Amino acid sequence: MPGKVDWLAHNLPVEGARPDAPIAGRVMHDDAVLCRPTDRIADVRASIERSPYPFALVTSDDGTLLGRAPSSALDSASDGPVWEVAEPGPKTFRPHVAVEKVAAVLADKGLRWAIVTTSDGRVLGVASREDLERAGGSV
Amino acid sequence: MATRIWLEQLQDLVDLGAQVVEVLPQDDYAPAHLPGAINLPLRELDERHAAVLDRARPVVVYCWDSL
Repeated sequence: MPGKVDWLAHNLPVEGARPDAPIAGRVMHDDAVLCRPTDRIADVRASIERSPYPFALVTSDDGTLLGRAPSSALDSASDGPVWEVAEPGPKTFRPHVAVEKVAAVLADKGLRWAIVTTSDGRVLGVASREDLERAGGSV
Repeated sequence: MATRIWLEQLQDLVDLGAQVVEVLPQDDYAPAHLPGAINLPLRELDERHAAVLDRARPVVVYCWDSL
């Protein structure tokens, strides 16, 4: 359903203390592969191959983030459930956080992708470090 | 009665005098919010806080991913 994130993503006008501040919610995209813990590794791998991201996000039925399944971990011969190879509890960011701050954390931790979620853990989207740095100036 | 709406319907409701309410925490609301929206954080929402709303007019409530 649409919400504040969609409003920001459409660059519609806002009010507030920092209405023009570049924030993660304006930079992220909502086209990452989502899968359930019980989805088969081969199916998730096939979905990732068609996506712009080298991973899938593992969620519960209500969209709560459970983990991240990198494509490198899906190259195994196993065709068990994706949860067997997923990384539980990945680092996440809230959509209102300034892009400079998100990019700095990613750089500090050696990460390339920011997973953006609501405060209760539901997946909103993904932003690359390159896009974040471009939106906020190099950090 | 609550009804989910899409962004396109929001302006129509605002034109009809709807009150727009962000129920996210103050830290989320303060930097940027929809024009004219007031902040009634969900965790603090009770009858006393909701008394600022005019019951005779529509109320549009939103959070990060729902409107």
